[in-house]
Amino acid sequence: MAKSDVKVLGSWPSQYVMRARIALNIKSVSYEFLEEKLWESKSELLLKSNPVHKKIPVLIHGDKPICESLIIVQYIDEVWSSGPSILPSDPHERATARFWAAYLDEKWFPSIRSIGMAQGEDARKTAIAQVEEGLVLLEEAFGNCSKGKPFFGGDQIGYLDIAFGCFLAWLRVTEKISGIKLLSEANTPALLNWADRFCSDAAVKDVMPDTEKLAEFGKMVIAKMRGAAPPK
Amino acid sequence: MEGGVVLLDFWPSSFTMRVKIALAEKGIKYECKHEDLFNKSPLLLEMNPVHKKIPVLIHNGKPISESLIIVQYIDEVWNHKSPLLPSDPYQRSQALFWGDYLDKKMYSCGKRIWVGKEDQEEAKEELMKILKTMEGELGDKLYFGGDSIGYVDVALVPFTSWFYTFETCGNFSIEADCPKLIAWAKRCKESESVCKALPDPLEIYGFMLQLKKRLGLN
Repeated sequence: MAKSDVKVLGSWPSQYVMRARIALNIKSVSYEFLEEKLWESKSELLLKSNPVHKKIPVLIHGDKPICESLIIVQYIDEVWSSGPSILPSDPHERATARFWAAYLDEKWFPSIRSIGMAQGEDARKTAIAQVEEGLVLLEEAFGNCSKGKPFFGGDQIGYLDIAFGCFLAWLRVTEKISGIKLLSEANTPALLNWADRFCSDAAVKDVMPDTEKLAEFGKMVIAKMRGAAPPK
Repeated sequence: MEGGVVLLDFWPSSFTMRVKIALAEKGIKYECKHEDLFNKSPLLLEMNPVHKKIPVLIHNGKPISESLIIVQYIDEVWNHKSPLLPSDPYQRSQALFWGDYLDKKMYSCGKRIWVGKEDQEEAKEELMKILKTMEGELGDKLYFGGDSIGYVDVALVPFTSWFYTFETCGNFSIEADCPKLIAWAKRCKESESVCKALPDPLEIYGFMLQLKKRLGLN
């Protein structure tokens, strides 16, 4: 498949864009990465390819756009079916992986974000407690899904590894800025080891942003959001 | 429970209606257990400890939660008839996209309409925008799934049982701006699977009035 046949519209800090890139890497699919310019108006191609949400990532395969990171990952798994499988084959395991991915997107990651946005010590402590509660659930889920193997997906990275692992860069930035260890030997030993394995995987390491660079970017985002004009 | 299918249900919920339609489309026999959301059963708390929400499908003793995840599960396990998702990966990604769109938008928008506070006008505009978008997506097709009910039809049609409630609370007409969508809803209700799953809109309205009272939202 010609490289220009597969494009990813995205930006380097985005955890959701990382999901699409990791999935393509697992399948050894070459693609063109079209970087949206941060802080500038959205490109014509993005607005045309994702008119409903106007958000990255967008996978463009041939001339067909596919939007929403988890839907993109599933699409990649189905189209390049000769490569290693990303979703489990058992329907109940698939449903479980989807359940936790939805939990991460709807509940857990927003609680990570609220640590950074928290104003005041009480708000910060509440936000941290929420993240830690979530990690306890995820540590248990890891045990149930991995069944003693290195990843949620078993011997290799799978759907839930990708769905969760993409947040590790922001998690590390949050740990650095807040001075708290969210993943720890004491509370989440399995996830701590999984995180290292995930980040060093060949499909991941080149697309995982550097923690320092992401921390600088994070500070800029918070400054812009706090300095932004109040909504009308 | 071994080999059996159980649905933890709450009759006014658009989300449990989705599951009922999917089960009926596949001809699956199941036990329906009605939940009181103000007094959740030990079974619900055991089967969905993370969210404590309905619907939950219990199959061979194992729970599946989140309505569209359940619908996909049903489609994958009982793949002998009435496919809900397209077989082509691109078409499937589009169907999943619209299901996700509805999940992100419909419920919170509808709730702001029937709660009826200062954000009601904005919510009405947002609802019409969502429905017009869906009407555009339907185009000239009989169903979102093409010639037969599919995943997006299952995802959207339950909310139509709440239209009377939205219209009455918000004092507006959905049919006036989205006639094709209303025609599609009527077409869906000709199917037994949909007709049996969707309550009478007047009963939904009555339920909403009681709920508002109970939550002190009057």
